[in-house]
Amino acid sequence: MDTAKKENLNDKDIQVILGTLLRAGVIISMAIVLIGGAIFLIHNKGAITDYKVFKPEVGKLSSILAIFKGVTSFQGDAIVQFGILMLIFTPIARIVFAIFSFLIERDYLYVLIGFIILAIITISLNGGIAH
Amino acid sequence: MSVLLFTLIVLLGAFLAGLLGSLTGLGGGVIIIPLLTLALGVDIHYAIGASIVSVIATSSGSAAAYVKEGITNIRIGMFLEIATTIGAICGAIVAVYLNANYIAILFGCILIFSAIMTLKKKVDHTTLDDTDKWARFFKLNGSYPDKGINRSYSVKHVPGGFLMMLFAGTLSGLLGIGSGALKVIAMDNIMRLPFKVSTTTSNFMMGVTAAASAVVYLHRGQIDPGIAMPVCIGVLTGATVGSKVLVKAKTDKLKMVFAIVVTFLALQMIYKGISGL
Repeated sequence: MDTAKKENLNDKDIQVILGTLLRAGVIISMAIVLIGGAIFLIHNKGAITDYKVFKPEVGKLSSILAIFKGVTSFQGDAIVQFGILMLIFTPIARIVFAIFSFLIERDYLYVLIGFIILAIITISLNGGIAH
Repeated sequence: MSVLLFTLIVLLGAFLAGLLGSLTGLGGGVIIIPLLTLALGVDIHYAIGASIVSVIATSSGSAAAYVKEGITNIRIGMFLEIATTIGAICGAIVAVYLNANYIAILFGCILIFSAIMTLKKKVDHTTLDDTDKWARFFKLNGSYPDKGINRSYSVKHVPGGFLMMLFAGTLSGLLGIGSGALKVIAMDNIMRLPFKVSTTTSNFMMGVTAAASAVVYLHRGQIDPGIAMPVCIGVLTGATVGSKVLVKAKTDKLKMVFAIVVTFLALQMIYKGISGL
């Protein structure tokens, strides 16, 4: 009974931290997107949009390295892309946190499941870079 | 069209999409994609890239609230995420090489299907029969708080649910939507989860699923900051407002009207896709 209660409390703590992590990730990345968006609009408001045909070769902000480069030179679109990158990493950070919390609970089956999900995402990340 | 005007129009459209998506339970992605492609002539590849980003934002935002309430079954979510992430990556890779017209046709079909699903009356399949050996092995059976009472439930047909999730993940990666309708079928009808648990757990899974395909989209240049920025800000704001209103509003009539509008949009996308072939 006592141990069960303790475990329950543990689960509750994990849920609260997990919720906070997700919310913080969304708020921070959206704030970055907003700032980048404002800078982008100030510099490009008069430019003409062209999204009629998908041109994969034009996507200059399509690697993490290119995004970081753009951010350091204060380009609005690169800052937006950096915010989006942070947003993409929010659920991934959630998996990392879940792995730790299952490790504390000694639920090794779910530690393994967490690593499998991370591995799947990492493979896709590498696949994209290789391209 | 100038960048400023384009941004403002998309921002407004995305806000409405997020608002209606959360009120009807259809999600913002399924509305913003037809809007971008049909009304603004944006290539569907860019529309999908922007939409998937908004899916991550809205699902992570609302998952934060549900997880704290303790309704979400994190084990079921993580177990099924293996299926949805594999599916999502396969879908996203295929999407890059697929002709925009085929994507539009497929999108239209899924849109009609989702609209029908929101109108269907839900039947509670909850069971306490915990004899499924997969559910036991993966410790999927659980309980959730409902009006102060802790209700237990058992999970059935785990392999079937897993397969359905693989399919849901593939469509999510292919079309840039959360594919909530399919996830709920897998969890309600096949795995016999209570509604509250299945909807919140599906939402919880959406973020990771969408992140998996977003990684692929980003590297292929499908996520353009000029579109993704107004889309994700608009949809997230709309969905947040929607979730605040949801508690008070009567959504039955709204769902009906909305299903008709969505079906109309879907038919138009299918028509445009076929005539472009």
